[in-house]
Amino acid sequence: MSELRGRAHRYGDNVNTDVIIPARYLTTSDVDELAAHCMEDLDPEFVRKVRPGDMIVGGENFGCGSSREHAPLALKGAGVSCVIAQSFARIFFRNAINIGLPTLVCPEAAAEIRDGHEVSVNLAAGLIEDATTSRTYRAEPFPEFLSEIIAAGGLVAYTKARLGKT
Amino acid sequence: MGQTITEKILAAHSGRDEVRPGQFVAARLDLMLGNDVTAPLAIEEFRKIGAAGLAEPARVVLVADHGTPNKDIKAAEQCRVMREFAREHDLEHFYDVGRAGIEHALLPEEGLVAPGECIIGADSHTCTYGALGAFATGVGSTDLASAMATGECWLRAPETVKVVYRGERKRWVGGKDLILYTIGRIGVAGAVYQALELCGEAIEALPMADRLTMCNMAIEAGAKNGIIAPDAVTEAFMNSVTSRPYRAVVGDPDAAYARTLEIDCSQIELQVALPHLPENARPVGEVREVSIDQSLIGSCTNGRIEDLRMAAEILRGRKVHPDVRLIVIPATPRVHLQAIEEGLAEVFLRAGGALSTPTCGPCLGLHMGVLAKGERAVATTNRNFVGRMGHPESEVYLAGPAVAAASAVLGRIGGPEELS
Repeated sequence: MSELRGRAHRYGDNVNTDVIIPARYLTTSDVDELAAHCMEDLDPEFVRKVRPGDMIVGGENFGCGSSREHAPLALKGAGVSCVIAQSFARIFFRNAINIGLPTLVCPEAAAEIRDGHEVSVNLAAGLIEDATTSRTYRAEPFPEFLSEIIAAGGLVAYTKARLGKT
Repeated sequence: MGQTITEKILAAHSGRDEVRPGQFVAARLDLMLGNDVTAPLAIEEFRKIGAAGLAEPARVVLVADHGTPNKDIKAAEQCRVMREFAREHDLEHFYDVGRAGIEHALLPEEGLVAPGECIIGADSHTCTYGALGAFATGVGSTDLASAMATGECWLRAPETVKVVYRGERKRWVGGKDLILYTIGRIGVAGAVYQALELCGEAIEALPMADRLTMCNMAIEAGAKNGIIAPDAVTEAFMNSVTSRPYRAVVGDPDAAYARTLEIDCSQIELQVALPHLPENARPVGEVREVSIDQSLIGSCTNGRIEDLRMAAEILRGRKVHPDVRLIVIPATPRVHLQAIEEGLAEVFLRAGGALSTPTCGPCLGLHMGVLAKGERAVATTNRNFVGRMGHPESEVYLAGPAVAAASAVLGRIGGPEELS
């Protein structure tokens, strides 16, 4: 369970939400349409290269800029199974948690995993394995509160359950 | 140990005596905001939650400002989703074209945000309202959906970085220059997850419009919120927009800060942030021979009447360079009307500029001034990321209204002192 496998697509620091999904495509919230333009202004080849399960490896402040939830939605829609980064911009981080796109904070993995490496991730244990180099990394654990949202399957399900209880 | 303003506001909104950085709270919200880009998605998610109704309908604000007046059929559909939702829930605070302005200029003007309040918005520049001494932060659409259903939002209390501004500002130097300079010092990830508390004698001397500009760009340093302690300037502003009560909150003298940074404003020149990050701030004098195709004066950062007055002061009696398109966008209908009444509209039009109805359009490359491949703009907006205002090979130079107006005349980036 929760074992993700795919190839790494490596990008640098400060990957912003304008390049993850340019604003010219924000007149829709259709996930497939967003996915078709994912990373377009940073790497026009991305949507052709990406396969289901693949992972994004980013540097510092991944997802900075606009609050558009369309950014993690586009990544998820494109088949990206998780994002591993040195650090995340806070709105992207919460959006990803809320919609159920796993994010892993792991500076060592973010520094060492190269483009095209085969990577597997065990979310429950927070373990990242680079099969290409046979190196393993441990991501920062989620605070308990966020684990509850993740376990519920995202914020909609979490809120639904909460409202149901009260 | 004492608490910062941010900690105190979060404590007061989560039924606690105190909160400490890192602590998670479910905060009661005074206001929750969405726009035509983020609200349709929030509405979709809100329906999935299946709540009986809006928890606090009077605290929900929806503004049609991004792709409006409707730029195409898809944008029109987005606005329709929002409009129908507003009607269905009989929303008091739904702002449609004609009454809508750029949200972060509109809400303070409407008296909808006040000191001590806790506000979220599905727009990253929601941090603007910190200028009024409120805790305000940007979130995503699903957060807004959940907030509409519960009246609350989960937040992690941030550490606070204190930035102390001293000294007198030079001629033409405004809030935009101070914040660009600050982001240049600390970087676009300089305050990630942190509160950026702006204080010092230079902030106390700063008009509200400039304070709003500064807090607006706190997010460009990665900050969760920007905040300025409410004072006489805040009170005067609040009295000018509303008579409703509010509870101002100030920090304790012994509050703990993650770090403190001191900035001498007397040394700060007019600033320009080079492509493609807001942290690439330089004094305008160091940006030489950069020709421009477009100058944009407007946005939630610098579309207030004070910004337009400064631009008009420079453009009065002058002509926009033949190779430059000048676009001036008052941020709200009230600012637009004021620009007409004060004769500023005539100055812009006689100079050869285009004057638009309020919209966020060009700032994020949606419409009303999108850049072609290889084109370069100076803009009073807040982001200069790759492709932000159009083609991925276009460039955006961020500046305040003085530089944007002077550059429109010069045909290249420069300051008002260079005009004859």
